[in-house]
Parts: sequence; C-alpha cells; structure tokens
Amino acid sequence: MNPGYKLSLRGVTRSFRSGKRTVEVLSSIDMDVRKGAFVTLIGPSGCGKSTLFNIIAGLDVPSSGTVAIDGDAESPRAGRSGYMLQQPLLLPWRTVEENILLGPEVRREARQQAREEARELMKRFGLAEFAQQYPATLSGGMKQRVALLRTVLFNRSFLLLDEPLGALDALTRLSLQMWLLDLWQSFQSSVLFITHDVREALLLSDRIYVLSARPARILRVVDVDLPRPRRQEHLAEARALQLERELLSLLLKEQPV
Amino acid sequence: MKLRRIAAFGPAFVVALALLALWEVYVRSGIVTQSVLPSPLAVVQALVDRSDALFAETVQTLLETLLGIVVATVLGLLLALALGLSSLVRQALYPLLVVSQTVPLVALAPLLLIWFGYDIQPKIVLVTLYCFFPITVACADALLSVDPDLIRLLQSMRASNWQILWMVRLPAALPAFFSGLRIAATYSVTGAIVGEYVGAERGLGIYMVKAVNAHATAAVFAAIVITSLLSLFLFVLVSFIERLALPWHQRTLPGRFGQQPERA
Repeated sequence: MNPGYKLSLRGVTRSFRSGKRTVEVLSSIDMDVRKGAFVTLIGPSGCGKSTLFNIIAGLDVPSSGTVAIDGDAESPRAGRSGYMLQQPLLLPWRTVEENILLGPEVRREARQQAREEARELMKRFGLAEFAQQYPATLSGGMKQRVALLRTVLFNRSFLLLDEPLGALDALTRLSLQMWLLDLWQSFQSSVLFITHDVREALLLSDRIYVLSARPARILRVVDVDLPRPRRQEHLAEARALQLERELLSLLLKEQPV
Repeated sequence: MKLRRIAAFGPAFVVALALLALWEVYVRSGIVTQSVLPSPLAVVQALVDRSDALFAETVQTLLETLLGIVVATVLGLLLALALGLSSLVRQALYPLLVVSQTVPLVALAPLLLIWFGYDIQPKIVLVTLYCFFPITVACADALLSVDPDLIRLLQSMRASNWQILWMVRLPAALPAFFSGLRIAATYSVTGAIVGEYVGAERGLGIYMVKAVNAHATAAVFAAIVITSLLSLFLFVLVSFIERLALPWHQRTLPGRFGQQPERA
C-alpha cells in the first residue's frame, strides 16, 4: 500500500441478507484518500454511501475486499477516524464544552490538557461564548459546528463527514462551508465527505468520486483542479461550470424517477 | 414568570373554594349531622385540636413512605438495568412484571402482616410494591429507546459497553426515571396508609381506623387531608430534585418552561 495514502479501499463489497435474497449494496469499490486531501463522495440517495462510511469507521465489515487506514488493513478500525453521522448527535445533558470533550473522555485522556485544547479550539473557531450552554439553546448551524469540533478533537488526522451540512438553510450552509475549509486547512486533516450538492462538492474537494445507484460502484473520479484556497467566486469560473454540468448529467442519469 | 405560573392555578382554586363553600352550606342547613358528614370548617377545627396526635402519626407514615420509596428506587433501577440491557432477562421477566400488577395490593396487606408482623416492615414492603413498577417500566423503556445513532457514535470512538452505559444510556434515561418516580411518589402514601389500615401501632392509616370506630368523622377527614398533602408534598419534592439534577432538561419540556416568549 502507498504510504502517502490515509485510506485505501480495494475491491470492497457489501451485501446483506434479506430473507432468502442477497442484496448487494456496495460493488467492488476502489478508492484512495491521499494524506491531507479533501475527498467527496457524491451519488443518489440510498446508494450505500453511509454503509461505506460504517465500514471505514469500523461499525461494519465488508463482505470482501480490504480497507487500509495508514496502510494498515489488519487492526480494528474503530477509533481510527473521526466519524460524524448525519445529525449532530450532541448529548443534551452536556454543555457545548463537555460535548466537545466526549472523545478525549472516551479515550481516558488527561482531563485538564484536553479541556485546555478544547477551549483553544472553541476560541479559534468561534464557539467560545457558547461553551457553557446546553445544545437545546443552539441553532442548527451552531450544533453542527459543535459536532464538527467534537469530531476533530477526537481524531483530527482523518475525518469521515456524512452530509454534515445537508439539513441547513442555504446561508448557514455557505458560511459553514468556508468554516469547514478553514478547519481542514488548519489541521491538515484527510477528509472523506458525503454530499448531494454538486456545487458544495466542487467548492470543497480535491477529488470527487461519483457513485452509481445501488449497488454502488464508482462511475467517475473527478480531480478538481480549481485553485486553493478556494472561495465562492471560483465556482463561477468556466472550468467549474463545465465540471458542474458534467457531474450533474452523470447524477441525473442515476437518479431513480 | 413565577407569578404567572401561580396564576395558572387560579381557576382550579376558585372551583375548589366554591365546592367547599357549597359543602359547608349543605352541612349547616341541617340535612346531615356533623357526625355523618363534618363540614370543612369542622375538619379544620379537628386539624387544629388534634394537631399534636396527628403530627406524631404523620411522622410515622412519612417515615414508612420514604423508606419504601428508597427501596423501590433501588430495586426499580436494578431491575430496569437488567431489563434494559439483556433481551433474555426482558423476555423472561417483563411479562411477569406486567401480570404482577394485576394483583390487588390491598388484598396482600393482611398477608404481609402475617409474614412480617405489626412493625414497620410490612408497610415498607407495601409501599415498595406500589412504587417499583412505574420506576422500573419508565427506566427500562428509556434505556431501550436511546437513539441508536448515539450508540453508533460512541462505538465509532471505540467506547466500551460500560462507557456507553455510563455516558449515554443512563443520562438519557434520567428524565424518564424522574417521571416514574413522580408517579411512584403519588402512589406511595396510599401504600403506607393501606399497610397501616390492616394493622399497625402508629400511623395515619390506623388513626383513621380508630377514628371511624369512635365515630369521630371530622378526625377521619383531617387524616385524609394530611394524606393528600403528603402525596402533594412528595410530588413537589421529586419535581424540585429533578430540576436541580437535570438543569438541561427544563428548557426542552414543551409548554412548561421558557417556551412561551417572555413578556417584559
């Protein structure tokens, strides 16, 4: 395995038993995430993206194929990535700060040090004034920021983000996209990201994997050659518009009517 | 805010006053005698006259009730944990628990007397029997209905099952635990009274029996009033403890706290 890769999937398949039939969800997926790269999966709803994430996060096992994180395909995978599921999943009985400290607590890390680090992060990423509030008092965008910071504090080197911005209104979403880029650049994280939004994928990613309808296979790999650091304006350039059209037409063919 | 919450009880208070007044007038009109149905003011008089005796009986009943609630809470929590964490235990015990609730506890009271004697133990057992079911069911259901995604999140962090129990399942079940405890608290005094009714040295239950035998109906009513106040007191006490213990939960209670816009 190439040591420059954070994640390598080779021939990963997953099928489920449903009564007497076998339903194939993932069909021979090959995928690489270079260290420090922002890679996005895009595909029709229900195509098996979340199943793939569960496998990478160690919550599920592939029916065949190998999954290597940092070149290691043998050790258990749970705990080796920061997995953020679709909803923010904040614990309502913990304040923002205590929610962000969940990861270090699960790992039984030194409390004081983790707390200082969390405070540093909250200050740097605009959550300091909310530190002592309970999640119920936060807006949707704020909850998502807290969940993202919690994920980063658990594992900053490799983030699995399953549609983290999907449920937000357009403006909140725009501001969180830039916030996320800032976060990614300051930690040099490797990110694997799921979205349905082609423009979001183009704005954020170095590389986009387009998945087919179920059973998911990789239809196309697109390397996004737009300049970094990326800004909204880049999406209006001719190259971006061409990529957007290409991706949309691919996805529309896969969309069940 | 506080004033408005008190004001919300206004209509009920007015209705209660009206009913009491009607009752007072009815008795004074001479249709019934005071020894058959004492008037509200006569009951108040009895409360004042017999306050020393009533206080001693109340202390006894309250003691039995509190001890019973404590035992029921401990048993209920342990049982809920077993039910909530093991599907085998659940299948084996849950149906039996439900069936156990069809047993009329009143009928058990004299038997408990035979088994445990006239002292405080049979009362504690009866209060426990009245109280443990709502606590157990509320907690077990809550432990089972924790958002599975929360558990998957912890699993992806490689948390142990103990950590998941301690960090997610138990805190998530706390509001349900307090709901169960509130229901149990209102049942509990009844349990103690029934236990005393069938035989006791002291307590409000046996006091009522003696008063009935002496045709001191005003004293019976006085004891009933205290019993109700005790239940109410326990209900409020549990709510108070809940607010201290779950500061995060009040804000999410629909329509009770902070949901309506504050008016300056």
